[in-house]
Amino acid sequence: MTDLQRCMGRLSIYLLLFAFALLYLMPLYVMVTTSLKDIEEIRQGNLLALPNAPSLYAWIKAWGSACTGSECQGLAPFFFNSVRIVVPAVLISTFIGALNGYVLAKWRFKGSELLFGALLFGCFIPFQVILLPMARLLALLGLANTVTGLVLVHVIYGVAFTTLFFRNFYVSVPTELVKAAQLDGANFFQIFRHIFLPISVPIFTVTVIWQFTQIWNDFLFGVVYSGPGTQPITVALNNLVNTSVGGKEYNVDMAAALIAALPTLVVYVLAGKYFVRGLTAGAVKG
Amino acid sequence: MRDISRTRTGWANRLEHWLPKLVLAPTTLAMIVCMYGFIVWTGALSLTKSGMLPQWEFVGFLQYDKLFANPRWDVALSNLVVFGILFIVISLIIGLFLAIFLDQKIRLEGAIRTIYLYPMAVSFVVTGTAWKWILNPGLGIEKLMRDLGFSDFEFRWLVEQDMAIYTIVIAAVWQSSGFVMAMFLAGLRGVDDSLIKAAHIDGANVWQTYWHVILPILRPVFFSAVVILSHIAIKSFDLVQALTGGGPGYASDLPANFMYTFAFNRAQMGIGAASAMIMLFGVLAVLVPYLYSELRGSQRD
Repeated sequence: MTDLQRCMGRLSIYLLLFAFALLYLMPLYVMVTTSLKDIEEIRQGNLLALPNAPSLYAWIKAWGSACTGSECQGLAPFFFNSVRIVVPAVLISTFIGALNGYVLAKWRFKGSELLFGALLFGCFIPFQVILLPMARLLALLGLANTVTGLVLVHVIYGVAFTTLFFRNFYVSVPTELVKAAQLDGANFFQIFRHIFLPISVPIFTVTVIWQFTQIWNDFLFGVVYSGPGTQPITVALNNLVNTSVGGKEYNVDMAAALIAALPTLVVYVLAGKYFVRGLTAGAVKG
Repeated sequence: MRDISRTRTGWANRLEHWLPKLVLAPTTLAMIVCMYGFIVWTGALSLTKSGMLPQWEFVGFLQYDKLFANPRWDVALSNLVVFGILFIVISLIIGLFLAIFLDQKIRLEGAIRTIYLYPMAVSFVVTGTAWKWILNPGLGIEKLMRDLGFSDFEFRWLVEQDMAIYTIVIAAVWQSSGFVMAMFLAGLRGVDDSLIKAAHIDGANVWQTYWHVILPILRPVFFSAVVILSHIAIKSFDLVQALTGGGPGYASDLPANFMYTFAFNRAQMGIGAASAMIMLFGVLAVLVPYLYSELRGSQRD
């Protein structure tokens, strides 16, 4: 192979990689530019044109006054609904997962492996198969259409994943360490607190990011188990886009989509490494 | 160890013994009731004549007969086949090639990888909303191409009965192919360099090396990727809801959308439950052989 050929080869690889990078970035670029245009410019111009006179009109409307069905309060209340669902659901499911993983990794008993296998299966079931009975159970508990109900649902079906993450992480901790601590008289919780918690920062980060992304982005549970006042932002976004009061305002749609995407995007940019680790951990599943 | 435990009270000892099981108890209970119990409940419901409310009058497989006689379910199933195959194959091809190219000691690799993977952080509803605007017939890509001088350019898949499902493929590939790239890249990084050098010494060119040496090593990654992608495909719901709403008509419905419509909007619980069970069997059909081969593989090691 001559130097020229090698050079051309490298060049075409770079060109291809950059072309794909542009393809992946295109929707984000279109969303941002569209959200900064006014509706007249959207009609006149084209998809890829930069805004002539960028304005935050669409963002302000999407946040505060766009209609999501019969109500017109923008996405703000639903954004905070999502926060009220996500924060407790992430914390509780992560905490339970950490303790479960600790037991399944280091305090095995007869049947605990079977239990783990049965729980793993929960990562795979299509949720359609539990939607109807769960709706009955929530109604029975008086939690239908409530934030608490949604938190409960996310915790129940999130624990399978968080347990898996922690269990696989704790398995690599030497059992001798646990034995030695027992000899020193440390009990179950002391060992967890003083030996396992201090080394758990990375796995907590991975799990929290994973759960945060999953629950923030959830649509299925949101649309089935929420009421008018408790809808999460994904459901509100979908309603906003499909509500056509007057003309279609694509700039407001795009601003709304960006508002809904922003929290997870920010987390991804700040902690991408941990996000990818969660994806592959969730993917390999044990 | 015995000496220490003897100094403790018997009560504390017994608690210590039961603690691990106690910690797992709530999860076990929730799992038995809310996973396995609920699956049985849904399975039982699918054998009853339930409509708006559960009615425990069993009618055998009547709901399944009705389900498979329903043209809408037919459309949803064949859409799933079309969508699933295209989504998986295209994601695999793009993901594999991007990973191979990124593995050539590329400068800016980190930045490029970040760009390929960011769609994974965004919800399907956002993806659907964005692509709904990009693909819309009036002002989207069609207008862009016409402005560029192709005055006859037509791109109306979003509103065409036969083509709407392909818009779902486009958006889903955009969202998930970066993830497949990340899986393959991780796999490639695990390939032993000495194998590649040996192939070189044997006179294999780059393509031969990839085809005969590296791809066979990546086989497990292929399998995992196919399982994950088919899992995503079978569960796809939000994307359809946001991008096409299942339309035009019900032309781009997938089973999950069918289930939602019948169970919650049409108050036909029996049919909804039957369709959910079929979805479960679909997932199992993919999963069980995979887990079986995984377990056998790990035993052999």
